[in-house]
Amino acid sequence: MTALPIEPVPSPADDTERPRGPTWRLRRGINTGDRVYRAILTMLALALPLLLVTLVGQLLVSAWPSIRRFGFHFLWSSVWDPVAGVFGAAPMIFGTLVSSLLALVIAVPLALGVAIYLTEFAPKWLRAPVAFLVELLAAIPSVVYGLWGVFVLIPFLRGYVVPPLRAVLGWTPFVSGVFYGNSLLAGAIILAIMIVPYIAAVSREILLAVPATQREAALAMGATRWEAVWTTVVPYGRTGLMGAVILGLGRALGETMAVTMLIGNRHDIGLSVLQPAYTMAAAIANEFSEATTSLYLSALFEVGLLLFLVTVLVNAFARLLIWRVARGTAVGSRAL
Amino acid sequence: MNARRLRRRLVSGLMTSLVGLLSFLAVLALVLILAHLVAKGASSLDWSFFTKNPVPAGQAGGGVANAIVGTAIIVGVAALIGLPVGIGTGLYLAEYGSGRLGWTVRFLADVLNGTPSIVVGIFAWTWLVKPMGHFSALAGSVSLGVLMVPMIARTSEEMVRLVPHSLREAALALGYPRWRTSLRIVARTALAGIVTGCLVGVARIAGETAPLLFTALGNLNFSTSIGEPMQTLSLQIYAYATGPFEEWHRLAWAAALVLMGLVLLLALVARWAIRQRHGATR
Repeated sequence: MTALPIEPVPSPADDTERPRGPTWRLRRGINTGDRVYRAILTMLALALPLLLVTLVGQLLVSAWPSIRRFGFHFLWSSVWDPVAGVFGAAPMIFGTLVSSLLALVIAVPLALGVAIYLTEFAPKWLRAPVAFLVELLAAIPSVVYGLWGVFVLIPFLRGYVVPPLRAVLGWTPFVSGVFYGNSLLAGAIILAIMIVPYIAAVSREILLAVPATQREAALAMGATRWEAVWTTVVPYGRTGLMGAVILGLGRALGETMAVTMLIGNRHDIGLSVLQPAYTMAAAIANEFSEATTSLYLSALFEVGLLLFLVTVLVNAFARLLIWRVARGTAVGSRAL
Repeated sequence: MNARRLRRRLVSGLMTSLVGLLSFLAVLALVLILAHLVAKGASSLDWSFFTKNPVPAGQAGGGVANAIVGTAIIVGVAALIGLPVGIGTGLYLAEYGSGRLGWTVRFLADVLNGTPSIVVGIFAWTWLVKPMGHFSALAGSVSLGVLMVPMIARTSEEMVRLVPHSLREAALALGYPRWRTSLRIVARTALAGIVTGCLVGVARIAGETAPLLFTALGNLNFSTSIGEPMQTLSLQIYAYATGPFEEWHRLAWAAALVLMGLVLLLALVARWAIRQRHGATR
């Protein structure tokens, strides 16, 4: 659907002799009001591209001292010493990536399960309410997730999850060290819960867009209901589902408050999920107001710039994948 | 042959139950969080919680009156900034959005929708806090307003697009100029939907914390001046939850319950309004 190409139809008055004023304006097709209206709307619409440009420009300018000083070393070095004025962001980049990927490992099966159940198997009366409840997870403020994580999730992990995890996987480096509570594991789990609604909502729209004939053809060939879903419907929506997952990744990478409260904020690279870690967003949240030197501040701006560029790229990629399936729709952009 | 058929049926049944179970787990997460909020927060909700300001650390009592008022002011000003731009962008996308600029803006809106809010926070800090030399509620409102724009733009666009073409054509056929058709016929028909989108957008930013950390900052006292630091519920929850006192934790739960109630109320009203107009569309 695009804007109507129809202009106001010239009135019959055009052919007859009438006062010139209004007919002249009608014949022009576009009157002054239309031009003004369009100009105003265009200006408002230009706000977003302008915002993006100034945002990137501003971050780049603010981060420039740090970029010049440390170069690419900023990405590999794990020294973060405000006193000596040496900054390397490797541990937070590592923590951001690992916590988000762990969150995806947990969230993707869950969200895909929800989407498949809601489009294929759930009784009709159950679909809308369950979809609404799952989407409500996206309405819970990040800081409330953090609060819940600190006082409910971490005690639960300490009591019921970490001991069995240790018993089974304790010999690997991934589950070693003392569990203080705030850890990569806690951060990843809260992230997983937070991104499930996004992945589920987009996946659901993608699966709904799969033509019913695909399903029916598979069933007619004698497939069971699950086989019809798994061998025809899901592969048909593959691209879009991929987009949904990557969209979830984008959300996870930039999530701030809940992760800051749960991940432990330790500037170190460790393999164990029971140990504290750090993320880029958490570093900004924690240290920005304490940054005393201009180089320190600049380093934090560089972290912000990196975070922004990465999430924009990830989101753009996800959008292109989703748009290929559900062209131009605002899937997952709706707040709920 | 029969054994194989049985196995396939078994797999089908098993997987069906599995996805059902996963859906149950997702809903369970929501129920658990809401239940804990009520269980730990409800008992602290009394008159003084809503009417008193925070007391110094260690003392009992006190409330979050300043945070409630602060949330209302900051979110209100943010809406004043974000809604006109967002709705205008949405109208542009629906009316003139078929060209290259339309595609670009639509794409950017979708991409910016998922950007980390904390980055917008440091952006507002550079433009408003640093030049002014002190933290202010206004800077917080600006960052929240910026966050609203992409979301509001996309929902407004969708709502305007739902208006039947025949309405527009009828108005144009009567010789109505395009701008009046757009504003008085199309936008007016879509008004309920647009308002709903705005409600949801407001609900979403009401819980934002990260962009406020370096802009509104928080304030232990009652303040209604948007040039000064101001407290919000979300900042209060963060400060209390990460603090060492049992009393603070109690207040954090209560504040979280209030914030969640506010967000849920807006979401439910929006949901109800959409149903009234469009039936169960999704």
